[in-house]
Amino acid sequence: MNYSIAFKTIVKKEIYRFIRIWPQTLLPPAISTTLYFLIFGKLIGDRIGMINGASYMDYIVPGIIIMSVISHSYANVVSSLYSTKFQRNIEELLVAPVPNWIILSGYISGGIIRGLLVGIVVALISLLFSDFAVHNVTIALVTALLTATLFSLAGFINAILAESFDDISIIPNFVLTPLSYLGGVFYSVDMLPPIWQTLSMGNPILYMVNAFRYGLIGVSDIDIQLTVIITGGFIVTLVALCLYLLHKGIGIKN
Amino acid sequence: MKALSLCNLRKTYSKGFEALKGIDLTVEEGDFFALLGPNGAGKSTAIGIISSLVTASSGSVSVFGYDLNTERDLAKSCIGLVPQEVNFNQFDTAKSIVLNQAGYYGLPRKLALQRTEHCLKQMDLWDKRDTISRRLSGGMKRRVMIARAMVHAPRLLILDEPTAGVDIEIRRSMWKMMQEVNQQGTTIILTTHYLEEAESLCRNIAIIDEGRIVEHSDMASLLARLHIDHFILDLADPLTAAPIIDGCQIELVSDKVLNVAIPKEIGLNHLFNQLTAQNIQVMSLKNKTNRLEQLFMDLVTAK
Repeated sequence: MNYSIAFKTIVKKEIYRFIRIWPQTLLPPAISTTLYFLIFGKLIGDRIGMINGASYMDYIVPGIIIMSVISHSYANVVSSLYSTKFQRNIEELLVAPVPNWIILSGYISGGIIRGLLVGIVVALISLLFSDFAVHNVTIALVTALLTATLFSLAGFINAILAESFDDISIIPNFVLTPLSYLGGVFYSVDMLPPIWQTLSMGNPILYMVNAFRYGLIGVSDIDIQLTVIITGGFIVTLVALCLYLLHKGIGIKN
Repeated sequence: MKALSLCNLRKTYSKGFEALKGIDLTVEEGDFFALLGPNGAGKSTAIGIISSLVTASSGSVSVFGYDLNTERDLAKSCIGLVPQEVNFNQFDTAKSIVLNQAGYYGLPRKLALQRTEHCLKQMDLWDKRDTISRRLSGGMKRRVMIARAMVHAPRLLILDEPTAGVDIEIRRSMWKMMQEVNQQGTTIILTTHYLEEAESLCRNIAIIDEGRIVEHSDMASLLARLHIDHFILDLADPLTAAPIIDGCQIELVSDKVLNVAIPKEIGLNHLFNQLTAQNIQVMSLKNKTNRLEQLFMDLVTAK
């Protein structure tokens, strides 16, 4: 059995899905981030001045890019996998000799690709407003890749456990969005009172935003190595959980 | 060789419902096998376990000698499943549905394209290959599912009520197709509520009821067990009372229609001779019920 063909089939199907509906998947982040840059970066940012030696516009660009990567890698997997559950075409995969790790890696790859593609779109738009020079390409790429992987895995778990379309919007609306906004996208944690600084350290998105910010403009509130360890730890844990859910057939088999 | 072997297969769902109570079943290679049972009898659970959509509580499944637990890939590669309900992405084209399934089974691209074309042509869907599947008719959607199930050339094809809700013309063409596929060497397991379908297509049969196999034999010997045939007779002239003939049960349904139950050992010649002797002229005759339907009802109500 050639598993690579099955893997490529899943990935191609996933890419085709979000390309086919590009007005829903690629266009909205372009519009919403343009508004972020205009309102927060240009209008309000001009009055804020410098943060940690960077202009406010340059400071928020990495956070907005990584926020788009987070929401779109998550959204791609959760909506695609839940739709296949809802339409029952997940059965096409379950009856075929496709191992669980191929199913997982296929869907996660789709989420990573969409997340990174949206990240590139947002980064290109940011060039209209900012002229930053990339500080460390490797750190920026590794952080974006790890972030997209982590949130694709989280989306996978959400889709597996979801029993209705309502269930796939709860986490993005009530968990991801607040954590993103409180993850230092628009401000430095140094600006917060000590108690809020301590609480912010429990927000994993803070680490990713800061690591990516370091990669792009060389400014960070957090140790980069710690970010890689935390993100890597979450990824390993979520991969194990996904494989367990698939093995047990929870949410997808009777 | 055994195409399928189920051994003491049990399934208890999480809420405690015992869908299968230890069933044993074998299907020989090349067979056209009917798995029948009333709604909720356990047919779909059994098929779900065989096709890996349902996890068995205990027991074993082997497909062409491959154990579904220990030689999962080999066992799964032998099976093609046509489910009861449409379960493909309704926004995909017929061609991409079949082609993707070939990919899941690991068929290289060139072979996958060839097999997709072959299966879609066999199902008379090639002209519709680029049509978004939700725009296809109900019969076409069912044929897409059959093409999808056959794209990896399975040795065992499981059809779970494939003709439910399709018109007579399509049903007949699907029967022809199933017979051709079987003649080419593919073992077929068919579940259906149309018992005349099972009677005319299948050589062997199992009847499942309340999670147990209540009958497992060849079709001919099962039908031979039916002792009484039921007929409806249309008469030329009206009657006021049902005629009396020894050995037969006759009921006057309306003034020109008789309902006759006749034991096989008596035979129709005796019936007609007696009717003629009583000056009753029969214009036409038809079976009251399908023979298998009669047996099915006897088996599942005999508790």
